[in-house]
Amino acid sequence: MMTLGQVKTELKEYDGEPIKIMEVCGTHTSSIFKNGIRSLISPKIQLISGPGCPVCVTASAYIDKLIDYSLMENHCVLTFGDMMKVKGNKLCLTQASAVGGNVKILYSPLDAVKIALENSQTQYVFAAVGFETTTPIYAVLIEEMKKNKIKNLKLLTSLKTIIPAVSYICENEEKIDAFLAPGHVCVIIGYSDFNELAIKYHKPFVVAGFEGEHILAAIYEIVHQIKNKQSNVKNMYVNAVSEEGNIKALAMMDKYFEKADDYWRGIGIIKNSALRIRPEFAEFDAGSTFEEYKESPPKGCRCRDVILGRINPNECPLFSIKCTPLNAIGPCMVSTEGVCGIWFKNREA
Amino acid sequence: MCVAVPGKIIEISGDKAKVDIMNNICEVNIKLVTVKIGDYVLIHAGCVIDVLKKDIAEEILLMFNELEEDANDDSWAGKN
Repeated sequence: MMTLGQVKTELKEYDGEPIKIMEVCGTHTSSIFKNGIRSLISPKIQLISGPGCPVCVTASAYIDKLIDYSLMENHCVLTFGDMMKVKGNKLCLTQASAVGGNVKILYSPLDAVKIALENSQTQYVFAAVGFETTTPIYAVLIEEMKKNKIKNLKLLTSLKTIIPAVSYICENEEKIDAFLAPGHVCVIIGYSDFNELAIKYHKPFVVAGFEGEHILAAIYEIVHQIKNKQSNVKNMYVNAVSEEGNIKALAMMDKYFEKADDYWRGIGIIKNSALRIRPEFAEFDAGSTFEEYKESPPKGCRCRDVILGRINPNECPLFSIKCTPLNAIGPCMVSTEGVCGIWFKNREA
Repeated sequence: MCVAVPGKIIEISGDKAKVDIMNNICEVNIKLVTVKIGDYVLIHAGCVIDVLKKDIAEEILLMFNELEEDANDDSWAGKN
């Protein structure tokens, strides 16, 4: 058996062609810092973050609509805490609360059922944001709403899928050699969908868990494949991820949601990258289709380049000077899973 | 946002279960999985999304065993 020490030595002493590996999961970004992975590998192996935070890529127009709902009479917006500080075109939800908006933070979408039942005079809107890890839970929520005949709760959705985003990056960004596939998204979707990408773009895709050992082993596997001119999909999170994913969760998603084109903040429209509530369940939708997305990035903000893996956050001129978690200018600084936020938290003083 | 935590199923009642997450007992929904008491699971936003298959230590050992196979059949290990 290979020992962890041997893996670390091999990775530290690597002196071949430079390799750029993108992780597309904010939890991987956090774990890379937490475990000091960069200090354990050769500078010729570069780790770069991708669009791994659904909050960061949610359109301003979506935030504006949530704010409008929060300010309407007898309305209340229910949301995960991550969404509170993401700016729309004018305000964020925290600022909307300060001027009288009704916003409540929940830990689970399913808590909304009890709240809606107990307060029948209030119309609730759940800010349904997330990747495939979270979308099945919104499907369970709709099922519970049907079962309990709840009429005063709807979902405003901004639900995104990871495969079209990774395809977009493979198609448009030439300098990324391999991907750490997102562990918890793969718990739901499995890893077979990455096979097509590996074949088409000739890049390794390695599904990784979140412990330091998982990440080091996945990097070793990627370097091994690149050295041997291979481009395979490899599951190294076997404890949790299977080839076919969570069949029950996929069936629930398919029952209530269908694919649609969607806007990603910092990127633009990506074909078939959204999951929207199917028309037959429109009574649960708070109006999640937007005719137009007008986005102008804040002056100097380079979130687009960060999301596409062109730069690291500390290469943005605003990073930690004008843009901090307390005064976030770009969306990637806002969420605890946002790349810039994670880099800020772990920056060298 | 995709953070998930492991826990152990200690009680099941219909679509809900009590899980032990590092000695905190929480109620979660189990509609997305098939579980039994004693299973270790992954919990995300109040729902169990996965039943864990192996002990994490076993998984890591398996992972490093596979890397040994990689190292044996390629020219990289020890030859930078």
